[in-house]
Amino acid sequence: MRIALFITCLTDTLFPDTGKAITSLLERLGHEVVFPAGQACCGQMHFNSGYRRETVPMVRGFARTFGGFDAIVTPSASCAAMVREYHPAVAAEAGDAGLAREAAEIAPRVHEVSGLLVNVLGMVDVGAYFPYRVAYHPSCHSLRLLRVGDAPLRLLRAVRGLDLVDLPGAEQCCGFGGTFAIKNAGTSAAMCADKVAAVRGSGAQVLCSSDNSCLMNIGGTLTRQRADVTVRHLAEILASAP
Amino acid sequence: MSMPTYLGLPAFPEAAATALGNDQLRRNLAHATTTIRIKRAAAVAELADWQQLRAAGKAIKDHTLAHLDTYLARLEERVTDAGGHVHWARDAAEANGIVAALVRAAGADSVVKVKSMTTQETGLNEALAAEHITALETDLAELIVQLGHDQPSHILVPAIHRNRTEIRDIFLAEMADVPSGLTDAPAELAAAARVHLRRAFLSAKVGVSGANFAIADTGTLVVVESEGNGRMCLTLPETLISVVGIEKVLPSWRDLEVFLALLPRSSTAERMNPYTSTWTGVRPGDGPRDFHLVLLDNGRTDALADTIGRQALRCIRCSACLNVCPVYERVGGHAYGSPYPGPIGAIITPQLRGVTSPIDASLPYASTLCGACYEVCPVAINIPEALVHLRGEVVDAQRSSPLHAERIVMGLAAWVLRSGRRLGLAQRAASASRVLVGRSGRIRRLPPPLSAWTKTRDAPAPPPESFRAWWARTHGGTQ
Amino acid sequence: MTAEGGSREVVLRRIRAATGRGPGPVAGPSDSAVDAEYAAIPRDYLRAHHDSADHDVIVLFAERAADYRAVVRRVPAAGLPGAVARALSSGMYVVPDGLPPGWLGRVAADCPGVVLAGDDPPLPARALDAVAGVITGCTVAIAETGTIVLDHGPGQGRRALTLVPDFHLVVVRHDQIAADLADGMSRLDPARPHTLISGPSATSDIELVRVEGVHGPRTLHILIADASPAS
Repeated sequence: MRIALFITCLTDTLFPDTGKAITSLLERLGHEVVFPAGQACCGQMHFNSGYRRETVPMVRGFARTFGGFDAIVTPSASCAAMVREYHPAVAAEAGDAGLAREAAEIAPRVHEVSGLLVNVLGMVDVGAYFPYRVAYHPSCHSLRLLRVGDAPLRLLRAVRGLDLVDLPGAEQCCGFGGTFAIKNAGTSAAMCADKVAAVRGSGAQVLCSSDNSCLMNIGGTLTRQRADVTVRHLAEILASAP
Repeated sequence: MSMPTYLGLPAFPEAAATALGNDQLRRNLAHATTTIRIKRAAAVAELADWQQLRAAGKAIKDHTLAHLDTYLARLEERVTDAGGHVHWARDAAEANGIVAALVRAAGADSVVKVKSMTTQETGLNEALAAEHITALETDLAELIVQLGHDQPSHILVPAIHRNRTEIRDIFLAEMADVPSGLTDAPAELAAAARVHLRRAFLSAKVGVSGANFAIADTGTLVVVESEGNGRMCLTLPETLISVVGIEKVLPSWRDLEVFLALLPRSSTAERMNPYTSTWTGVRPGDGPRDFHLVLLDNGRTDALADTIGRQALRCIRCSACLNVCPVYERVGGHAYGSPYPGPIGAIITPQLRGVTSPIDASLPYASTLCGACYEVCPVAINIPEALVHLRGEVVDAQRSSPLHAERIVMGLAAWVLRSGRRLGLAQRAASASRVLVGRSGRIRRLPPPLSAWTKTRDAPAPPPESFRAWWARTHGGTQ
Repeated sequence: MTAEGGSREVVLRRIRAATGRGPGPVAGPSDSAVDAEYAAIPRDYLRAHHDSADHDVIVLFAERAADYRAVVRRVPAAGLPGAVARALSSGMYVVPDGLPPGWLGRVAADCPGVVLAGDDPPLPARALDAVAGVITGCTVAIAETGTIVLDHGPGQGRRALTLVPDFHLVVVRHDQIAADLADGMSRLDPARPHTLISGPSATSDIELVRVEGVHGPRTLHILIADASPAS
């Protein structure tokens, strides 16, 4: 299959290994990965912060860049949710019916990694090998907006050598919330502290998630605490092979 | 003034900081919300058609709100036919004035009150006090709050911020007839309240209540409660005054089969709460001789005018959203600066009060948009959608101020983020700055405002090359 | 109308404007278009969660009511007077007009310390506070939620009667038990006042610890009168 990669501004800038992992994973599975160079940001940060007008050019840019692809994969459940759930609404609110139509057409073709693998490609065992104890944190967007269900867990269970441990309170938000982490830093830190305590108490060596924003938040706290737990994006674990 | 007793309160982040430092409060809240969360899930799981009930609740409320004027006119006609009197209040001051006049006309200088968030909103007790009328709260938690000279912090359990020892101390200090050896056992505290209030119930001339629902077709009001103080105030005094928000109306008696299924399981996590009372007008020989219904607007029509925000008016005050909210769990209700705290408070308060005061402008941002509230709301209010919508209103209201630091930064960020080329340039600059960070790959201190991040977390250092730079280098240019 | 007649028009006009309608007369109580739209609201929920073919609703009601820590006894119809007498201790019990006198047939013989009093003329609140308890029937019971509904008609007394005394004995006839909430509510006449009782009064306001009996009767005693002579 020919799959376009929407890397997202956060992963592009700070976590390129995730993009490399998706590329090598999909190529290993026999698909062609395309990276449209003109791509930029989906507008989630501005939209969620109330800067709706500023989001419109980003919606337009996304439609222009990805309009010609049948399948688009992204390493961020929150960005996938932004495109699927909100791009058409932003365009409609701006009075651009044509853009709203384009956005509505593209929306169902955009998938977060686990959704692409399990629902579109119909696979659970991707031939991965990752011999570590892993806990999985479901990001709020993947859980409640995209509703990926247990797709990530099914993929992790099929990874050879991987010991999947339970994360208590997994469904509780990690406290990132975009600008919330800065505007409401005290509350955000309190939420993250509880998440980190759960991670450290789970016995996991690696914390996995489908969103680098959560991993940046939890991982940054883990390293500040000098904890013995590292973080890995789901795609990076699935790309690992012997 | 929409909520006269809630003026000049600090913005949420500041109020939250105070609450986060209160270990006792955080322990109380964590215990309370976790307990009720689990119970609620079990109560809801018992009904195989829970999602269909939610959908019906949403549909009935949306229909009613779309035709609210017809249903209010119908309610007024039926209540009047049944011997009640209906009054209309544009705002808090008018509602308080109507109530005070009715109390004086009844020849009373005190009233007994059933818990009513609407009267908390209007500041009724304070307004009556200014007219030398005493209002005695009879709901145990509201009594604790009143005797403690405090504010309620939760929709359902307003004194959740107090533990049993604090409550005992409040009773010993403030309750006139309290037994001197009172311990902090909850059963003893409740018994003390029972004795203290019974005297008032048996002699009160005027009762003041709210209502959970008002049935338009029949003119029937419904009060859902646990303790029995509602029944006391609704049936023993000669005069009953009910202050009810206009959004509480339901079209017909039949709709109770939906809402009495949704409310108890969502709020106290029971199949049914101990007592629900319904009454229509007055009934000779049974209950009050005079019944007055005061219909309150106080900003609800402003919310109604907002096509996205109006879903907040579906709220049936169950508090399920408070009990699952990770933010509420850590800061409690006072930080929201409103009688309506938690997720529902964050969307209803700015709609009733406007978005310009520091607290009201900050409320829509008091959330990570995790969506747990939407999942449990029995009338399917999409709280995250409403929060983001209100954030847009806050930003738009601030667009008229010339130099707004955040808007300038966000404008600059948008200029970069909407262009792949500019984003790539910014990334190259960031990667070049790596030399300042050192080899650990982590940044331990960022300048303000990002210093808020590095207070408790490391930040990632920009990598040697961004993904798009890597792709361009390894895949031979653009595609 | 009252002095604030102006506010009525103001609020109704605000609603009209807020719901996207142009200027026009304020709404009246009747509107068949609104009624038609209401009738068309989809209701995909189940009106019955319990099929009486699969569930013994009497057993279900007894279990659910007992969950609230009400005292629940099931007796054959012939055994009802004895059960009533056994439930009473000594003191004055109020009996509303219209209570079937047969229910009290064994009280005189079995309960020497019990005095029965009527409520006509109505007892003042302080007197009600001093009685040992009240005995009533009900109008409907709902098995699904363990709820008893009084509509304060004959045999049930005015509302204060089942509120102020500390002990409430209520007789539920088996044919009064509806399986589910929707069924139960549909049997009620909205014009009458109702008290839906699901257990004795309780509060969880102190640290979420449930405490029984703040106001309202602290003891609720339910007698279910069965149809069959042998039980």
